Amino acid sequence: MTALPPVTAERADGKPPRLQLEGVRHAYGQLQVLDGVSLHLSEGELVTILGPSGCGKSTIFSILTGAVCQNSGDVLIDDAPLGPRTERFAVMPQTDALLPWRRVIDNVTLGLEVQGLSRRAARARAQPLLATFGLEDFARAYPFQLSGGMRQRAALLRTVVQDRSVLLLDEPFGALDALTRTDMQTWLESVWDTFRWSVLLITHDIREAVFLSDRIYVLSPRPARVVAEITVQLTRPRRMDQMSSPVFVRAETQLREVLFDTRVQGDHPDPLPSR
Amino acid sequence: MSPPTAAHPMAVRRRRNRLTWLPALAIIAVGVAIWQVYATKSGINAHVLPSPVRVAESGWAARDALWTNTIPTLKETTLGFCLATLAGFALSVGIDASRILRNAVMPLLIGSQTLPLVAIAPLVIIWFGFGLTPKILLVALLSFFPITIGFLEGYQATDPDVERLLVSMGAGRSRVFRTARLPTAMPFFFAGLRIAITYSVVVAIFAEYAGATSGLGVYMQQAQNVYRTDLVFAAVLLTSFLTIALFAATYLLERVMIPWYRLSRQTQRR
Repeated sequence: MTALPPVTAERADGKPPRLQLEGVRHAYGQLQVLDGVSLHLSEGELVTILGPSGCGKSTIFSILTGAVCQNSGDVLIDDAPLGPRTERFAVMPQTDALLPWRRVIDNVTLGLEVQGLSRRAARARAQPLLATFGLEDFARAYPFQLSGGMRQRAALLRTVVQDRSVLLLDEPFGALDALTRTDMQTWLESVWDTFRWSVLLITHDIREAVFLSDRIYVLSPRPARVVAEITVQLTRPRRMDQMSSPVFVRAETQLREVLFDTRVQGDHPDPLPSR
Repeated sequence: MSPPTAAHPMAVRRRRNRLTWLPALAIIAVGVAIWQVYATKSGINAHVLPSPVRVAESGWAARDALWTNTIPTLKETTLGFCLATLAGFALSVGIDASRILRNAVMPLLIGSQTLPLVAIAPLVIIWFGFGLTPKILLVALLSFFPITIGFLEGYQATDPDVERLLVSMGAGRSRVFRTARLPTAMPFFFAGLRIAITYSVVVAIFAEYAGATSGLGVYMQQAQNVYRTDLVFAAVLLTSFLTIALFAATYLLERVMIPWYRLSRQTQRR
């Protein structure tokens, strides 16, 4: 097994992390899913949780959004314990979950409307962002009239416009074809570079993780622990040609080795899919 | 920062086939032709089987009486339908919100559909008189069931990811219901509505048979009593037209209420 680098809660500049998980454990009945997961996310950082499917990545998000309460361990946001329904997170689920009866603009403002904003005020907040997300000509279209990439961009806009502390992206491009996915990854990197949201990303795509992240946590198969933490030493903005650079390739190789090592040693070498 | 492009979404190809009515019309025309030839050439008594031409002529001659009797039937059907929709919706909301209510009410709902109309119609007339009320109630009783089931199936079809997403946004149960479950159920509601509407006119007419002062059911009964089979047929035809018109009206209503639904189906079929 790869040696664990010490997980430092404090950053070099001494600022407390935006989000911190300390020894979070959770079981669904007899099934131990999280076995002491510790990780942290700083302001304006893009951190990825990488792990085999069914390892409990999505359970972490469920705990953060309050859908599930962990058995033990602490979740701190801005150094304060996470209460129930604190609504500090905006989630982008695996499926885009766009409502087919709402036009794009009304899908995008959904979170704001749930927060209690009037339709007019919500639209005013979302309108300026439509162009950045390539949706300005499609605000009045229905989701079924959009391509897969556009649907995903609409879903991301719906997430960021809520203006929450942390964005949780759960395999956002998992349902897309390979070409569109690459397109979307480069596009996401460029908008993230502009806005610098604090993002926690779940994926099982190693290349996506390296290309997008500042840091990567690798989880073991169920019950999940952090088995490695890797800082990606690539300059921003990232470009496609960096994918063949030695730094990129080294990170990719390292991650693949960790993932396959733990798969062989894990209690569940062939984990069940999460749903 | 140019996002990936896609083909313009509004380019939904419209494939309008204006000849969809033709096969139905052709079949009806052939049927009517055979009927006409048989009724006139076989020497069968016109009281037993009047020819279609004769039905049309007598129907036209009796158009005033037919029309005045259509109005109460139409009223009973539409009012019964409104009542069924209201009751069906209210029931579905309650059942969806509470498991206890579901367990308590579902057997009753299914039981209500086993009541034989022949037995129950005269009773309802005895209880509520010869006016519109008992007919409205009977139409509602027999048509609320598919509507309720339509709503319930529709709520169940809600995407769990959408519900989780709404909860993560801070939505409560009623918000989730209004924003996700109810809109998801609307196409299912219309499917239930269409099932119900095909037999609601017949139920209204049967209820009139059991006791009424006016309506197509009464008219048919009176025509039968004086062996005016041609007028019975005319009234039956009118009933069919009424049902088809109401059936078509549900599509019109659907287009107005959930315009996205037809569009999405057209897009998917491309």
